[in-house]
Amino acid sequence: MSENAKLPPLPTGTFSERAVAWSKKNLFDGWFNTLLTLGSIAFLVWLIPPIVEWAIINATLAPSIEACAEATGACWGFVNANLRLILFGTYPFEEQWRPLLAMILLMGIICGSLGAVKYPSLRKAIIPMWVIGVPIIAILMWGGVFGLTYVQNSYWGGLPLTLILSSIGVIFAFPFGLLLALGRQSHMPAIKTVSVVYIEVIRGVPLITVLFMASVMFPLFLPDGVTIDKLLRAQIGIILFTAAYLAEVFRGGLQAVPRGQFEAGDSLALSYWQSMRLIILPQALRLVIPPTVNSFISMFKDTTLVVIIGLFDFLGTVKLALRSDPAWTKYYVEGYAFAAAIFFLICFSMAKYSAYLEKELRKGEQR
Amino acid sequence: MKIQTILAAGAMTVAAVAAQNAQAGAVLDGIKAKGFVQCGVNTGLPGFSAANAEGKWEGIDVDVCRATAAALLGDANAVQYTPLTAAQRFTALQSGEIDILSRNTTATTTRDAKLGLTFVGINYYDGQGFLIPKALGVSSATELDGATVCVEPGTTTELNLADYFRAKGMSFEPVVIENINEATAAFFSGRCDVYTTDASGLASIRTQMAENPADYVILPEIISKEPLGPVVAQGDEQWSDIVRWAFAAMVEAEEYGVTMENVDDMKANSTNPGIQRLLGVSPGMGEALGLDEAWAYNIIKQVGNYGESYEKNVTAKLGLERGLNALWTDGGLQYAWPVR
Repeated sequence: MSENAKLPPLPTGTFSERAVAWSKKNLFDGWFNTLLTLGSIAFLVWLIPPIVEWAIINATLAPSIEACAEATGACWGFVNANLRLILFGTYPFEEQWRPLLAMILLMGIICGSLGAVKYPSLRKAIIPMWVIGVPIIAILMWGGVFGLTYVQNSYWGGLPLTLILSSIGVIFAFPFGLLLALGRQSHMPAIKTVSVVYIEVIRGVPLITVLFMASVMFPLFLPDGVTIDKLLRAQIGIILFTAAYLAEVFRGGLQAVPRGQFEAGDSLALSYWQSMRLIILPQALRLVIPPTVNSFISMFKDTTLVVIIGLFDFLGTVKLALRSDPAWTKYYVEGYAFAAAIFFLICFSMAKYSAYLEKELRKGEQR
Repeated sequence: MKIQTILAAGAMTVAAVAAQNAQAGAVLDGIKAKGFVQCGVNTGLPGFSAANAEGKWEGIDVDVCRATAAALLGDANAVQYTPLTAAQRFTALQSGEIDILSRNTTATTTRDAKLGLTFVGINYYDGQGFLIPKALGVSSATELDGATVCVEPGTTTELNLADYFRAKGMSFEPVVIENINEATAAFFSGRCDVYTTDASGLASIRTQMAENPADYVILPEIISKEPLGPVVAQGDEQWSDIVRWAFAAMVEAEEYGVTMENVDDMKANSTNPGIQRLLGVSPGMGEALGLDEAWAYNIIKQVGNYGESYEKNVTAKLGLERGLNALWTDGGLQYAWPVR
């Protein structure tokens, strides 16, 4: 490290001496901080033991209603007994290896694509992975060929559905949003107007309205006998919606790139697309990694709204399981806590990856 | 949820127009071509339609679809389910996304006449009631003046509640909570004096969600009529006949005492001309409906009669007695048109 010179002198003394010194400096520095520290400790002592007692000590994992009725703590047995319903929804029971495989494959492709930052050799594989992977996932989920029974997508549900909706959403919303952002910056009035109107209209309505329109109104405008798949309609709704938000994020990035960079591109006689691809976008996109990931995280969570149009995403299948037997209904806290934990895990990974990505891409600026 | 209401109203108007364009026989031909019945069900209402731990749909509403498939295609499992929310259900039917809607839907004049729908039978007679803690010391809904009432928004429940209190000249304070779990939790934690929904729902909430069910009572007043039943789109009369008589056959089978277990025996040995007609021993009924003569036999063999379906779903899951849904001979309202 080149910054060694700035580090404070190494602490001396025994461990306990150092600990006392550390806490004096950081926890009991003045009456206000002392009060805050004591208050926080009291709060944690008040908060944590009951939660631990409920969630772990008095909890039961046994997948039976009787065991849950006896337990004074959490009934994780509800999750245990309905795990497959929660994970895969109403997908035919005997065929649930298919969504499982599809989900693993999808996660593999996502990890492979994200890992390309670290392992440049993976970069060339990204497009082939998606081009080959997505049809395989589609075949696994739908079936109807290679001896797999056909499964309507009204039966898809749970974690695979959430992952499919959000990853397909990201893949299509990203380029679409980019085009909209460029369109909004364009000097051509027609393109600019269309982009501005689109972005403002979509941003002006809640996602729930977009989904509702796609699900309830849209089919009525189609000719008789023509039905566009409910899932596809929801997916398109999510893509259109997310793209509008991403467009504004990207616009922020474009505006933060100094004017001189655009002029530099022009002076090198690069075409519009060349200078965008080689000079502007690499800088603009790097600047907006945090808000972009922010958009993805909020989109990932927004996919739960598809429950209002009768699709069961991961949160929807938890509700489905709660209603599978009225005796389970009262364990909704456990069900929602489980869903929250899975959602947190995924969103937190996204946030961590974005922090890592920022660090990787800033290497050029470090010495 | 104002936006939803407006959109739904718009959707219904368009739907009514769309319905008139449907071609005669189109639904039935479509089902025969694809080999299964597409059935719209509730996204999760135990006893009526809910997914079990294996993700399979179960309930008395589901059984209506299964019976129809058994009658028409000879296989009760030839059904594909589309879970629908309340707002989506009529659009799905009108746009042809589903063939039959069996989703605890109340039959009303506007729905039947204005939306281009046909209600083909009533498989559950429900009505709205009140659940209160015993400690409130109230024995009749007429004593509820000034009460706070927990209610779910956007349903006929909310409207019935307002109608009832206005008609009685009483005031109430609504506590409107979207989610049933939160609404019931609010009630049991004492945030409101009264919880109101359909009587079938009250009974299950009382037995399943209350710490001590004996501390709560359902008041005797039922303030609305909620005849729930399967619906099809207008325009394919043969198809609506098949659904109507598939359900009637389930009730008629119970009247004759024909069950899943004894149906083979009845078919071989019964000398009752009514049973012989129903089970196709003396032919004619199947032909009249354009079905195989074993249509009703298939229903009873694979799905069971109405009483069995009720027992297996409503009584087992919700602990509800037959009540209004008993056969007319037992003082209930279930009265099948004769299969003859």
